[in-house]
Amino acid sequence: MQSIVILGATSAIAEQTARIYATRGDALCLVARDDAKLEIIKSDLEIRGASKVTKLSYDLNHTHLHQALLDDVIKALARIDIVLVAYGTLGDQKKCEQDFDETLQELQTNCLGVISLLTLFSNYLEKQKAGCIAAISSPAGDRGRQSNYVYGSAKGALSIYLQGMRNRLYNSSVHVLTIKPGFVNTPMTKDFKKGLLWVEPDVIARGIVKAIDRRKDIVYLPFFWRYIMLVIKLIPESIFKRLSL
Amino acid sequence: MNIHQSWGNVPQVEQTCLEQLWRSQTLPAAATLLPFGQGRSYGDVCLNDKGYSLATGRLNRFIHFDREQGILSAEAGVTLAEILELILPAGWFLPVSPGTKFVSLGGALANDVHGKNHHKAGSFGRHVRAFELLRSNGQKLICTQEENSDWFSATVGGLGLTGLVTQAELQLKKIDSPAIVQKTRRFENLAEFLRLSEETEADWEYTVAWVDCMAKGKQLGRGIFSMGNHATAATPGIKPEVLQPKFSMPFNAPSWLLNQYSVKLFNQLYYHLPRKHDSQVHYEPFFYPLDKIANWNRLYGKRGFYQFQCVVPLDKAEAAISEMLQHISKSGQGSFLSVLKRLGNIASPGMLSFPRDGITLALDFANRGESTRHLLADLNEITDRHGGAIYPAKDATMTTALFVNAYPGWQKFSEYMDPHFSSSFWRRVTGE
Repeated sequence: MQSIVILGATSAIAEQTARIYATRGDALCLVARDDAKLEIIKSDLEIRGASKVTKLSYDLNHTHLHQALLDDVIKALARIDIVLVAYGTLGDQKKCEQDFDETLQELQTNCLGVISLLTLFSNYLEKQKAGCIAAISSPAGDRGRQSNYVYGSAKGALSIYLQGMRNRLYNSSVHVLTIKPGFVNTPMTKDFKKGLLWVEPDVIARGIVKAIDRRKDIVYLPFFWRYIMLVIKLIPESIFKRLSL
Repeated sequence: MNIHQSWGNVPQVEQTCLEQLWRSQTLPAAATLLPFGQGRSYGDVCLNDKGYSLATGRLNRFIHFDREQGILSAEAGVTLAEILELILPAGWFLPVSPGTKFVSLGGALANDVHGKNHHKAGSFGRHVRAFELLRSNGQKLICTQEENSDWFSATVGGLGLTGLVTQAELQLKKIDSPAIVQKTRRFENLAEFLRLSEETEADWEYTVAWVDCMAKGKQLGRGIFSMGNHATAATPGIKPEVLQPKFSMPFNAPSWLLNQYSVKLFNQLYYHLPRKHDSQVHYEPFFYPLDKIANWNRLYGKRGFYQFQCVVPLDKAEAAISEMLQHISKSGQGSFLSVLKRLGNIASPGMLSFPRDGITLALDFANRGESTRHLLADLNEITDRHGGAIYPAKDATMTTALFVNAYPGWQKFSEYMDPHFSSSFWRRVTGE
């Protein structure tokens, strides 16, 4: 049995991932803002087989509460095997271009707030000398594009941060996984036109669990995004800057 | 963009797709709305041309499972497959199973579906203990057979038109084994089918017959009768697990694949295939033979197909069904899986429920345009003339007159419709 804490537990990908651990009989600690939604997910996971489900209602944007959150998590779970960071916002690129406060908010939610959590949790796991930190980043962080470079730079910074942390925690046997999902049909992307490359959140969830089980470092989900991004990264900047991507 | 289609792929409509994410939410302020579960109904009952289609797939959480009493409460978007995965290992089974497990709980309720045990258990709605109905004005109604009973009978079989069912509570059925003890018998004609139905209905929980819809003359109405009971003890090698599809149709098949020769050949072979008369099988191939092939509807190609299902009163069944089979075999249209089944006299709870005492015939027709619609019009007319009814969940062609004759409760039902809800089916059959 494993103990898993999910930060941003009401997101579609987080909920599907939690279901997989629930059917394995694991213990889950769910953190998100909306207590009513947490309650809905909690009873579902208990029925699906979770050995214990605790819910903690926190607004993760309030970084000053992160230490209190960690204390609550430790109270709920005797030890922490997996920390999954699964929250984020897609933001409005056009608004961000006109308004720095909007940009700051995006960076706060998708990067700085996550780094605050990772700081606390990584120290805890480092002392524990075991465990896994898995955070959802994005292929959008692999290269800046005009359509979403604010979101992209937040996720890009997060990816670099995770990479450094992986290097630091290697000797403490703490596994750090960077998750880069492609197009996923979730409430976050409801306004997008859907096509061939889109997948459902349960596909991503299975990929996340597999990557955690196999102690992967960086995983693109589904796998083909690794190759799509490889091609995108290979385009010379002198050409790339002319493209409308 | 429209990603919601019905299983038969006809008709094609233009609608805007929305999603309901949490059962605690109110409905989107859009009109007209129609809940959309898994899109397993065949015609236009799950479609809302020029309106909004409200997907319920995310409402797929369990709420409570009483493992002692076999009472399950779940959100309406949960599929019967997901329910089986949960309940089978605990020794429970669905009280009524339609022909596929890939339907949503809400869809099974809204179409008041039936199964091979209709003569014993009645329709699906009879096993629904309670549900919550969310109306566009924000009102939430808890409905049971006693409380808000009029809303209960409007919504069971109510084709999603009375509001959104957000969650439902189901009484499950206790089983000792996931295996089915199965017997099959050939029959030469409809009279023999009727006699077999009568002989087997007391001792067999599940009965159904396959009929050769291409046979003519003396062979008309021949087929294979199969009956099953849950095994009473564990069978080695048969596990309480839900089987995943083995194959998937990756794209639409070319439309010539299913023609009168290939279908005739299949039916000939299927009838004469040597088979064990007594066997123990996993419940999956017994209840859901087509679930083995994901997206089997693509076999019919891009133009899609029509499904026809009627029920006719028992005393007129032989005349009516043989007339239908003559029309079908003469037309050269028809398909692999033509099904005959005796529906029992247990009353269905819904105002618009389809299941009623009599014999039901169900089969698919590849969409060949005008000639297929002519054939369906003939079959509809025969149904009407014999006082029968067409199943809305399968229908894309029934006329207003036939609907009004077969569903006399429709006017009373319309008083319970949510003013912001509608469907292509409803507008078609009521001429709105």
